[in-house]
Amino acid sequence: MPSTSMETEQSPIIRLRKITRRFPGVTAVAEVDLDIYPGEVHVVAGENGAGKSTLMKILYQVERPDAGQIYLNGEPLSFHGPHYARALGIAMVHQEFALAPHLSVAENLFLGREPLRFGFIRRRRELAEARHLLEQVGLNLDPRRLVASLSVAEQQLVEIARAISFNARVLILDEPTATLTEQEIARLFEVIRQLTAQGVAVLYISHRLDEIFQIADRVTVMRDGRVVATLPRAELSEQKLVQLMVGRAITNLYPRPETHPGPVLLRVEGLSRRGLLHDCSFEVHAGEILGLAGLIGAGRSELARAVCGADPIDSGRILLDGQELHIRRPADAIRAGLAYVTEDRKREGLALDLGVDQNITLASLPVRLGLLLLRRERSVALHACQRLNIRTPSVRRKVRLLSGGNQQKVVVARWLETQARVIFFDEPARGIDVGAKAEMFALIGRLASEGRAIVLISSYLPELLNMCDRIAVMREGRIVGTLSRGQFSEERIIALATGASEVTIP
Amino acid sequence: MKESLSRNITDEPGAEAGLSWRRLLPTQISDLISQFAAAGALIIICIALSIASPVFLTLYNLFNIVSQTAVTAIIALGMTFVIITAGIDLSVGSVAALAGVLGVKMMVDLGLSWPLAVLGGTLVGGLAGLANGLLITRARLAPFIATLGMMSVARGLVNIITGATAVFGVPDSFRLLGQGMIDGVPIPLITLIVLAVAAHLLLSRTRLGRYTYAIGSNEEAARLAGIRVGAYLVAVYVLQGLLAGFGGMVAMSRVASGQPNFGDGLELDVIAAAVIGGCSLFGGQGTILGTLIGAFLMAVIRNGAVLLNIDTFTQSVIIGVIIWLAVIWDQFRRRRFAESTR
Repeated sequence: MPSTSMETEQSPIIRLRKITRRFPGVTAVAEVDLDIYPGEVHVVAGENGAGKSTLMKILYQVERPDAGQIYLNGEPLSFHGPHYARALGIAMVHQEFALAPHLSVAENLFLGREPLRFGFIRRRRELAEARHLLEQVGLNLDPRRLVASLSVAEQQLVEIARAISFNARVLILDEPTATLTEQEIARLFEVIRQLTAQGVAVLYISHRLDEIFQIADRVTVMRDGRVVATLPRAELSEQKLVQLMVGRAITNLYPRPETHPGPVLLRVEGLSRRGLLHDCSFEVHAGEILGLAGLIGAGRSELARAVCGADPIDSGRILLDGQELHIRRPADAIRAGLAYVTEDRKREGLALDLGVDQNITLASLPVRLGLLLLRRERSVALHACQRLNIRTPSVRRKVRLLSGGNQQKVVVARWLETQARVIFFDEPARGIDVGAKAEMFALIGRLASEGRAIVLISSYLPELLNMCDRIAVMREGRIVGTLSRGQFSEERIIALATGASEVTIP
Repeated sequence: MKESLSRNITDEPGAEAGLSWRRLLPTQISDLISQFAAAGALIIICIALSIASPVFLTLYNLFNIVSQTAVTAIIALGMTFVIITAGIDLSVGSVAALAGVLGVKMMVDLGLSWPLAVLGGTLVGGLAGLANGLLITRARLAPFIATLGMMSVARGLVNIITGATAVFGVPDSFRLLGQGMIDGVPIPLITLIVLAVAAHLLLSRTRLGRYTYAIGSNEEAARLAGIRVGAYLVAVYVLQGLLAGFGGMVAMSRVASGQPNFGDGLELDVIAAAVIGGCSLFGGQGTILGTLIGAFLMAVIRNGAVLLNIDTFTQSVIIGVIIWLAVIWDQFRRRRFAESTR
């Protein structure tokens, strides 16, 4: 690890040594060593799932490490939870804010530690202190306003004000700019620089390259739960950073399916949805697997949902076999032969209290003369279970009781029963174990080779690189590039997804 | 592997035996468990009462129980659908009164024959249900709020229409609906059986029934599966309204007049019947058979209390405790099933 000037001048405020955190089936953080100095902006970068957020949660004592030691000013820390971390001056602003929208800014700032006299809240004192705190983060607004009436950026600054009100010496920001505009980001950076000038150490999680180079003093790159490098900004180029983030030799975990793309099946032209999707156009051929890559929040799920009628669109055309479809609700898309395997199968995919059979036939109930054909339903379900190898002791078993992989297969089975010709898979491997993953991808390959058009959304690039015939990359609601198989590389996709300029696309 | 798999899946008691008793009963095993609990309680209480009181097990008393609880049970059939969608209908008591009084007035003021008036009253209930359904799906009110409003509106209307006094002068033949007998069997019992069988088939054997469960279990998943959630929700509230209207007519027939104050608090009995019978207020769970058991459990307790000279206030306490126990059981059952997924 190259030394920096700071190490000679100061001792680190935070030292992490051999921090390890395992989850079932995956080591999220592996033997991480990290030193944080007062007054520095330390960016932790890495792909989705590299372990950045988990590491920060360990520091903030939301997650307990399985091994390793955290030192604060040289003193080893014991684990007592976020309350304790905050009392020690470690504060964290989460990606999702933890403010109560129906309370005022001042009430939120002092929630749980209101200034009291004789059991009554000292409102004037609360307001005065709130104003002072807001000034410190450069927010000029009335602390009596309800949090719900603030913009996302203002809410974030309120969160930061709340964090520094605990006399934070270490401030953790988890992807703070995900939902901010350029001006709001500039303002946030100004506040961050003021804080570091006062000696606060800022830990900043991001995978947006442009930001990293704007704000970082030092950058730690994580990959697969490990720290691969900690470098001062001056020693980094975008190219080098991308290489460090990707790094791994692309392994062949996923069998490359044999696809034989035919004619264009689905064509989407100029699809827009205000604030979320901007002029998205793409096409998928029969028998082809098209990948949709991009950072979280880039609009991949939104695009799939819009095409499949789950969300309304403002403009754009959707054509299947050259025929324009008029999709107003999911039923229209299903009738036309589109299917959307949702990202969150428990929230959006399955009726968990219904049986395997009832979930499989939900979109294609066999009915004659108004009555359900229960025997037919049963045979359909049995057949689907065999075909997709859904392991369940009975087709009547509640879906809730199945494993994640089998639940996912139940969702897929439902769409095969509707004779879907175009299937959108949104993070199909999320939350299922390795064996089930391989099975799921083999299934997706088979569906493509049977002539269906597949759109595969994944945040894990190796999945896309192995499975897809082409990959469309999204950023901020736009499709910013489409790569054919010969052009595939993780560096290119990350460059497109993050908007890096130095990596040129032929 | 393939063989063992297919054997595994079909390896279910009663699965091969064409039309076994299981096929007539609800398919979900956990629902059966919760019904066994309520049914077990019903049987135990019946046995205890037949020992404690010589009157209890007489045909006369049993028919009396049925006649008294028929209206509650009929309306609770609809409440089963509503609660399975994770909804609630607080307006059924008021709607029954409004529909019943208007039906009576159709006979008294318009001279309609009683079957037509019964149809008319039922349709009035259906209209109220339609209004509830549209308020919930179009105006996006929470079911609790929409039907709370309807409860007040319907009660107000019936009092405006009648001047808050009873309407008399119904033809004698109208008594048949609530008081008549066929071969010694009370007509309300026959009506209840017919409606209950129809409701059971509707819930377990039709698209409407299946989607009712699906919407209650996961509304967003149902929508994404192409189900027109709004239309089916409206249908469910219309069904509840129709049953409330018809129940109101049966009730008016039992007293051979139009009573504007009928059904005050009835909604709570109806909801209690469904909940005791295993309907979950979180939606997705419940059966017609369970609701019937719940309704009769309450009726038998009330009847037994009368036979044993227990006052109505104590009855009320007992019913309340039963509701608690039923829901505690329901939650216990859910937790246990949730744990077994780990």
